[in-house]
This record gives sequence, structure tokens and C-alpha cells, in this order.
Amino acid sequence: MFGLNKKDFTLLLIVAGLTMFAPFLLNPFPEGSAMAQFNAGYPDLMQRFVIFGIFAIGFNILFGLTGYLSFGHAAFLGVGSYAAIWMMKLLTMNVIPAMIMAVIVAGVFALLVGFISLRRSGIYFSILTLAFAQMSYALAYSVLTPITGGETGLQPKMADPRILDAALTEGATPRANLFGLSMTSSYELEVGNWLFTFNAGYYIAAVVMLLAFYLSIRIFRSPFGMMLRAVKSNQQRMNYTGLNSRPYTLAAFVISGMYAGLAGGLMVAMDTQVGPERMFWTASGEVVLMTILGGAGTLIGPVLGAGLIKYMENIISKINSGILHEWFAFLPDGLEDLIVTLIYPFIGKGWHLTLGIVFMLVVIFLPGGLVQGGQKIAAWVRGGKAGSRDKASKSTKPAE
Amino acid sequence: MDAIILQILNGLDKGSAYALIALGLTLIFGTLGVVNFAHGALFMIGAFCAVTLSRILTLSHTVIDETKTDFLGNPLKVDVPYIYDIFGQATGDVIIDWAVPLSILFAIPVMVGVGVIMERGLIKHFYKRPHADQILVTFGLAIVLQEVIKYFYGANPIPTPAPSAFTGSFDFGAMLGFDPNTIIYPYWRLVYFAFAAIIIGAVFAFLQFTTFGMVVRAGMADRETVGLLGINIDKRFTIMFGLAAAVAGLAGVMYTPINSPNYHMGMDFLVLSFVVVVVGGMGSLPGAVLAGFLLGILESIASMTQVLDVLPGLNQIIIYLVAIIILLTRPRGLMGRKGVMEE
Repeated sequence: MFGLNKKDFTLLLIVAGLTMFAPFLLNPFPEGSAMAQFNAGYPDLMQRFVIFGIFAIGFNILFGLTGYLSFGHAAFLGVGSYAAIWMMKLLTMNVIPAMIMAVIVAGVFALLVGFISLRRSGIYFSILTLAFAQMSYALAYSVLTPITGGETGLQPKMADPRILDAALTEGATPRANLFGLSMTSSYELEVGNWLFTFNAGYYIAAVVMLLAFYLSIRIFRSPFGMMLRAVKSNQQRMNYTGLNSRPYTLAAFVISGMYAGLAGGLMVAMDTQVGPERMFWTASGEVVLMTILGGAGTLIGPVLGAGLIKYMENIISKINSGILHEWFAFLPDGLEDLIVTLIYPFIGKGWHLTLGIVFMLVVIFLPGGLVQGGQKIAAWVRGGKAGSRDKASKSTKPAE
Repeated sequence: MDAIILQILNGLDKGSAYALIALGLTLIFGTLGVVNFAHGALFMIGAFCAVTLSRILTLSHTVIDETKTDFLGNPLKVDVPYIYDIFGQATGDVIIDWAVPLSILFAIPVMVGVGVIMERGLIKHFYKRPHADQILVTFGLAIVLQEVIKYFYGANPIPTPAPSAFTGSFDFGAMLGFDPNTIIYPYWRLVYFAFAAIIIGAVFAFLQFTTFGMVVRAGMADRETVGLLGINIDKRFTIMFGLAAAVAGLAGVMYTPINSPNYHMGMDFLVLSFVVVVVGGMGSLPGAVLAGFLLGILESIASMTQVLDVLPGLNQIIIYLVAIIILLTRPRGLMGRKGVMEE
């Protein structure tokens, strides 16, 4: 269906189901219970899940398929954000033109950067992309202040022209909307102790992510995707067969830049402000972490990685020592203190440490990321059933 | 003219730091063929060696001074560093004052140890993996190291002053016949430059004039043949990794008075150092040093007001701009060797 084989279609359906029911699934614990802080089903975080999911899916099209490790992808995200906010300032607060403009501008910028960077490969490519991203960051911070707002960034203001929108009444704040439906409007459903929030912005972002995910499946399964894999596995041999790999890698680079731009545009649509720190190289490093952690070259991996990192960043980082003491209160005092002291460095403000350790472990032991880990566990569980093992591991492999 | 001289001098200390880090990176790359993204973290650990030593030296116990009273009329409590008890007050003060230079002695064994443990424990398993994996695992290691430091030392910069003998500035202008006070230059930056020059010279001399260095150079050129001659090249390369870590660490130790160390200083330098290495040419030691100083000086010259009036913002991007131009016009970098990482 939709030009996908049965397996991919099932995967798409599962992802669609998960994103659509996310407000339920991410809120498994009732309000007020001790576990409620693990609930991730609030709009702001769910939006981040899907937006960074898009970013990582796009990065994966470049890194996962061609093996070119870009360390400057945040630049496209930032450029897309700036493009989107200017559409909101000049044209309309409707998010559709903003997102389209973000994709176009990021694509053009990626074409420019990619055309130059892709002359080199390996570490040189990484450094070139890093250099371009850092340049964009530095320029957005300093010289381009008239366009980027410098350190303070940009927000839509009352005084902006917005030629398509009706004039705002005095005192109203311009809000991002989709044909009048505000991104912040939500419907709250209370069932017993549970409170589920259905946010318009989240669902728009989720639909966009599903489209992006569908497109990435199509790219993975297309002859074009096959060419990109050929670049990764043996570029020299590809060249010897008379194929020029440059157009393919450049196309992959531009596509992944456009995904990043789309993510940037969505960020602006959800939260109408931009600052240059979005383009800093640590932001580029983050998307690398997400993709590798989830599983580079797999379809679902980057989305999982993005979700995991954003979950850690927002939930794990909030646990402080007081909460830890509460959890282990059932232990004798000395033991309780000991365990809290042992665990404390890894959570709360130290969540980056956990992230770094997990990331290292994944790179060392699971080059295929969490997806490979899942497959290994699945194969191990099924291990007892003789003969079916090979077949099973083959059929669960999402890509490659 | 005087402004240009001043900017060249300003570029020297930053250039020294770039050159030292890039030298270590290149040593590791040239010997082990590993792209070490954790090298900035080694620089940072070096800087925190200085912080640690100065904290150890000022460890103190409280003594009640009967001769003085505080504002409530009670006998005054005074914190006396233990070092006073050992060496007496005058010598103790001098030692505390010279904590940063003394940290060199402390940092060398620490950094060599860290380097050797890193190589044996982690990097060793990545020789056969693709460069992308090496970058990723060392990137992860860098995050872990900087978070560990953050846990122990907090997120704020920790001021670590230079010895009081070096706190002033040197008036270059008067010496060169310009008006006084046109070219003034802090003593410590001069010291840093001299120190970097000595370290760089020592590393080159070590590689050029000792048997050990000769073997290492042979191993860099053709590892397999050296191994076939019955030389344990792996062990020597491990020691070179330790040495590279020590070079980065010492660069960090001496940099503390210039910039108060914080846990992410390594990452800030790392990005630039990689650019330096690539500009100098992967695997070329003289290239790394040359590019380090060159980019440091270019960066300061680009931040002159006369330049900024014509091309605003140039100082922010000059290094990256140069890197892009060099990579596109001279793919091997300034002094890159043939056949190294060319793909």
C-alpha cells in the first residue's frame, strides 16, 4: 500500500499509531502519583519528540545511507527557523507558508554547502560542514544581526507588516496558527486520575513527521537509496563502473538539509522565536548522537534516538536528590544515602554523563544502535526455536 | 605598524595553544591513525590539574591566633595551609604563588597515565573500525570526561592566577622605539609562548634525535615492516599517545592564568584545533605547528578595527574561511604528506 511492501507498511502503521496515541501512551502514570514525573505526555515535549524525529530522519538519509558524517547539520535547522520566522513577520502567522519557506531556504543553503563540502570525504567532509555551520553561527550572532536579531533572536511583533493577516487588535499577541486553528489550543480529557492533553500543534507536527517518515521509507527502498548505499559500501567500485557519485551524494545532502529546515520551521511554528544558539555545533552533535544511538541506517532508529535523548533531557534531568531519597526511603538510612550518592551523579544535572556513557557503549558494542540491540534480544528470545532464527533476524531487520 | 605588531603578539599565545593541541592530535593521528575527538578534553583535564594542585597546596587547618581578636572580641581563627607547617610561611607562600608552573610536574605523570589508560582501555579496540566510529566513540568519551570534571569542580570558571612575578605587562613599544604603552603585552603570555616553543622543540628533538623517536618515525611511515623487524611498535605508539596527552595537558596547565578553566573549554578548543590540523595537513607535525600559529595570528589581525570596518565580522569566521579555502585548493593541507587520509 502507498507503494510500500507489507513490512514497511506495517512499520508505518505502527509509527502512525504510536504518534497518534502518544498523549495516552506517554502518560501512563496517574496525576499526583510518585511516578507522574515520568509522564512525557505534555504538548511541549511531545512536539520536541516529533520535531527532532524529523531532524534525525533527515540526518539519517545522509549519514545512514551514504556514510558521510556531517557535523554541521544544525546550520540548516537554524536557517530554516530564520526563514520561517521571517515568513511569519512579513506574510502571515499561518504555519504552512512558514514551513514551505523553511524547507526551500534550507534546501538552497544545503545545496551551496553541499556543493563545496562534498568535494572531500571522510574527516575532511566533517570538518568542512562543521566550519560552515560555525561560520553561520558566528555570522548570525554578529554581522547578520539585522536579519537574525543577533543574540536576542527574533519574535513576531505587533508592528510587523504581515500583509496577508488582518490587523491585530490592540494588545493581542500574534500566534502561530493553521487557518485560524492556534498551535497552542488543546483539548484536555480527564479520565479518572489521568489527564490527557491533545494539542493542535503536536498533531500538525506529528502528521508532518509521518509524511517525512513515509518519504524516507520511499527513499530507502528506491533505486536512488540503493545508489546511496553503494556510495557507503564502496565508492571506488561505484566510480569504476562509470557512475559519478557526486550527484547522488549532493541530492542526499540537500534532502537531509531540507528535512532539517522542515524541523526548524516546525520549531518556529510551535514556539515562535529563534536564536542563533540553535546553530551551534553542539546542536549538530546532538543530532549525530540521536541517530547513532537509535541506529544509523535503520528506518525507525533515528526517531527512537531522538525520543530517548529528548526524554532524558526533559525528564531524567529533573530528578534531584530529594526525589531519589524519597524513592529509596524504604531502605535503611545508611544504605539509602549510599545508593543515592552512587546514583546521583548520573541523573538530574548529570544526565549528560549518562548520555555520554550510553552513547559510548552503543558505539562500542552496538554499531547498529538500539535497533540492533532490539534485534539481538529478539533473536535471543526466539533462539530456542531452531531453524527459525535466521529467517526471523532477516525479517525483523528494518533496513540494510 | 604598531597595531599590527600588537595583533601578531596577541595571536601568538592563542596560536601556541592551537599549535600544542594540534601537535598532539597529529601525533596520535600519525602514529595510531586515530582521529581523537577527546583531545580537547585532555587539554581541559590538564587545566584542571593546575586547579587541583593549587587546591591541594592551599589545603588548610584552622588555628586559633591568641594575639588577635575578631570583631566580637573572641580569639581570631586563622586558616593555615598545611604547606606552612612543612616549609614555613615564606617558602609556603612562594610555593602557593607558583602553583601553576609547579602543576607542570604534577600534570605530566597524570596526563601520561590518562593517555595510556585511554589508549589501552578504549582506543586500542578501534584501530580496525572506520574513522567515523573513532570520531563517535572519542566524542562520547569527551562528553563523559567533561561531565565528570563538571561533577567534581562545578560548572563555573575557576580563576587560577599566574605567579605574581608574571602579573604585569611588558612594554614592547618602548623596546622597539615606538611610543611607550602602545604595544604592551602581559608577561604570562610571553611565558606561554616560550613554553609552547620549548615543548614543540622538545617533541621534535625527541622524534628526531633519539633512537626511540627514530623507531616511532619509522613506524609512522610503515608500521608493518617495523613490526616485522621484531620491534614492539604497539608499545611505543602507546607511549606516544601518552606523550600527546601530556602535550595537550601541559598546554592546558599553562593556559589557566590566561582563561579561567571551565569544563567545556576543551570542546571550544577542539573544534578549532581540528580545523588547524586539517589546514596544516593530516599527519604532518610541522604543518600542525605552522597552521596553529598562522591561524592564531590571522585571527587576531582580523579582529583589528581597521579590518572590521571593511569586512565586519571577519574575526569570527576567518579560521573557518581559511580552512575551507585551503581544503578546496590544497586538499592535503599546507604540509600534508602524500597518501594520508586522502580517500
